[in-house]
Amino acid sequence: MDYFLLSIVTFIPAISALILLLVARGNDHAAALVAKRFALFATGVTFFVSLFIVAQFDPENTSFQMVEETDWIMGFKYKLGVDGISILFVMLTTFMMPLVIWASWGVEARVKEYMISFLLLETLMLGVFMALDLVLFYLFFEAGLIPMFLIIGIWGGANRVYASFKFFLYTLLGSVLMLIAMVVMYAESGTTDIQSLMSHQFSYNNFGLFGFQILGGTQTLLFLAFFASFAVKMPMWPVHTWLPDAHVQAPTAGSVVLAAILLKMGGYGFLRFSLPMFPVGSYIMTDFVLWLSVIAIVYTSLVALVQSDIKKLIAYSSVAHMGYVTIGIFAANQQGIDGAIFQMLSHGFISGALFLCVGIIYDRMHTREIDAYGGLVNRMPAYALIFMFFTMANVGLPGTSGFVGEFLTLVGIFKVNTWIALLATSGVVFSAAYALWLYRRVMMGDLIKEALRTIQDMSLREKAVFAPLIGMTLLLGVYPVLVLDLIGPSVQTLVENYNSALSIAGINGDAMIASH
Amino acid sequence: MIHNDLNLILPEIVLSIFAMLILLIGVYRGQDKKTAILTFSTAGLMFVLGVWMIIDTSLSETAFNNMFISDAFSRYAKALILLSSAAVLVMSLGYMLRHNLGRFEYPILIIFSVVGMMFMVSANDLMVLYLGLELQSLALYVVTSMRRESLKSTEAGMKYFVLGALSSGLLLYGASLIYGYSGSTNFQAIIASLDSSSVSLGLMFGMILLVAGLAFKISAVPFHMWTPDVYEGSPTPITAFLSTAPKIAAMALFARVVCDAFYVLIYDWQQVVAIMSVLSMFVGAIAAIGQTNIKRLMAYSSIAHMGYALIGLASGTVLGLQAMLVYMAIYVVMNIGTFAFIMSMERDGQPVTDIGSLTQLGVNQPGRALAMLVLLFSLAGVPPLVGFFGKLYVLRAAYDAGLIWLAVMGVLASVIGAYYYLRLVYLMYFGEKQDASLDVVKSPVLSGFAATAAVVMVVGIINLFGIESAANLAASSLVN
Repeated sequence: MDYFLLSIVTFIPAISALILLLVARGNDHAAALVAKRFALFATGVTFFVSLFIVAQFDPENTSFQMVEETDWIMGFKYKLGVDGISILFVMLTTFMMPLVIWASWGVEARVKEYMISFLLLETLMLGVFMALDLVLFYLFFEAGLIPMFLIIGIWGGANRVYASFKFFLYTLLGSVLMLIAMVVMYAESGTTDIQSLMSHQFSYNNFGLFGFQILGGTQTLLFLAFFASFAVKMPMWPVHTWLPDAHVQAPTAGSVVLAAILLKMGGYGFLRFSLPMFPVGSYIMTDFVLWLSVIAIVYTSLVALVQSDIKKLIAYSSVAHMGYVTIGIFAANQQGIDGAIFQMLSHGFISGALFLCVGIIYDRMHTREIDAYGGLVNRMPAYALIFMFFTMANVGLPGTSGFVGEFLTLVGIFKVNTWIALLATSGVVFSAAYALWLYRRVMMGDLIKEALRTIQDMSLREKAVFAPLIGMTLLLGVYPVLVLDLIGPSVQTLVENYNSALSIAGINGDAMIASH
Repeated sequence: MIHNDLNLILPEIVLSIFAMLILLIGVYRGQDKKTAILTFSTAGLMFVLGVWMIIDTSLSETAFNNMFISDAFSRYAKALILLSSAAVLVMSLGYMLRHNLGRFEYPILIIFSVVGMMFMVSANDLMVLYLGLELQSLALYVVTSMRRESLKSTEAGMKYFVLGALSSGLLLYGASLIYGYSGSTNFQAIIASLDSSSVSLGLMFGMILLVAGLAFKISAVPFHMWTPDVYEGSPTPITAFLSTAPKIAAMALFARVVCDAFYVLIYDWQQVVAIMSVLSMFVGAIAAIGQTNIKRLMAYSSIAHMGYALIGLASGTVLGLQAMLVYMAIYVVMNIGTFAFIMSMERDGQPVTDIGSLTQLGVNQPGRALAMLVLLFSLAGVPPLVGFFGKLYVLRAAYDAGLIWLAVMGVLASVIGAYYYLRLVYLMYFGEKQDASLDVVKSPVLSGFAATAAVVMVVGIINLFGIESAANLAASSLVN
């Protein structure tokens, strides 16, 4: 059991999807219900089995654990493993998927295909977070585009074709450059094993290219190639424009998966590849990334203020919150990276919940226009309460997990660059502005819209879906040590390796702080 | 030793005699009524010979005064040619009979063409090269225009013939220049006479003309003009055949000529091949976007794929050739599956090729649509499907040979190319509803081929069915 545990967790959803594909028959309501129950069961089992990963995980051991390794084609390896950085993303995925499936109980069109897509997607996302081989990672990373393309395209909104193409081509363009970089890394180091690559120092001698002097040489170019992919995935300003389209057009469950898990692949990629493998490249590009992140925070927060579509507003708020993540990661100190990981987890719960909230009123009214609502609190008190809670968590109210993540990243960056910290903190104020204003327009006031007079409050199923999310948001808000103890040692090793690589390269990490 | 010589070309002899035999049977016994049994026996024989090529592991040997060579490389190519031809014959039979094309000459012409291809891949001399190439081409010109009453089909045959003759002319002119300046038509003698420090202009001209002639056969840009028209005009089974076996043969011949006869001049032909590769990838990717006919679209798709295979060839290393051979094998499987699907596209009993007819296929016929979905994503080179590994292979070879710019061009073209494959997926799965949808064609053979190809694309990622080591063996027998 413990030897193949990671493979078992990864492939339970895929095998379930295969069973669903081959066995399930019929298009009627009963068959749809069977498909839904089966998918819920499969994701539930995956979550249950994944608990064993946490049970066996030893936080003090900073190397990869539960490693599985088999030879594969072309000299690559099938190698899985988890460490303190990846384990929580694995858990986030297995935790969110049953909720996502349960939240899509209302889907009526082509239910079997819908469930198959989501089950396949779960396998691919888990694979991304567990893969310890470059090519295996790329395989899972890219393959996720296929089910997501279909999810947006088949079950999406009115403008779904445009959104699905934009999503696919944008992310594909970002990641093919990463593929080239991987080919280069393989040729330079002779291995695609992520563990060995972390200790391999790529050349950082400056060289000229087309008349430009490339500081940091190969490392900078490799960093940029990976950055192209992860920045699109995150998404960072200015390559974030696919996200609002994709979010708005995707079905509710698709938006939840996108916000809660898929966006985290970018941040995870920075932590797994950019910092440990290209420390010099990362160091040289730090300011560039930090400024992009700050622009993202301020700019997208302002853009969020003027949105008339609820989903689009939350999508822009996601981009802003991901800005804190990149700031934390590139602060490259313990608090910053701890905070970044924490922020990614908490954003997974909170933004997922917010998209579910939008889904609930969209199912009833079939519009996402803010103007179409108002005064919902009169008819939907339970909904108003839940929406309030997650709005506050999104703003970063102390006591919710949103606060811990933002606070830690800001502490981390304050030690490195006060200007960045100052500007980033202004984003907290903006986020309060757009979130509270949204709440006022949708929830408060008198119920004057005729169409809303008969709107129903949440059903028991809908409330139940939120329960675990509220629980996690509060738990991590008041007891963050739960997470920090798990990730701490691995993050510490990451930071130490980063700094020692820099000092070997003749760059002093402390000098960097002093220079700002 | 004539005995040894004949022994070495036994597969070719067997096929040729078989062709003449079934020609006699066809003429004297029943004419077109026997088409089915003749086609099946031809496919069976090709299959047996293909398996023979796989299990034969003898060393390289030459025959007929070094004019003919049999080595791991030629056997790899022959196995691919024979197996893919057999597959195309089997899956095309139903189509041919349904649409009044069931002539007994069809399998015979295919056999002659295949024999020509087998000579091409085994050529070790410019004369055998030309003999094989012409035998292959002449048979193909005829099958292309097999639907005599159709204007498009005869036009396709005519175009193919005229342009093919032009390219043969170029190739012959190049060959005569090479003979004139090196004093020999034998590949080893040519390479021995070359001195990389001082190459005569005439020889260089000869080589370039030879390369141009071969580029026509693999439809690399800028010699690709005939491809869309011929693909569109020919009956679909012929298009399927054109896009598989002849491409392997021409690519293998190309590899043998540049690696065996002109390896010394690698820096000269490398540039040419690399430029053709980039142009093919981009023209294939961009021109396909505007196509509404699926056969024309597949024509541009195969132009683009030849571009990727040429990346491997341009590397000029063992790894590069290995990548090219693996790529061709993957390409052939994808194309056979896709054409099996296209052959089953019918509306009211008539074949249709308009991509608009695919709309809502995902709802009406989920099984077929799913197989096509997998094949399309594989053609686009999206992981985790096998098509991705073909691309990864050639990219790695390109970097290995110092051609990183070629690798970058390759991935950029693949993003553009992804668009038109996605468009087909979009039509099948989320296109607007239309009145006319495709018939449900009950053809277990076609569905079987499409489904098998799709399954291969998924299962193949486990170990690529061991094709790597075979390709490695073949590539190292060519480049030492």
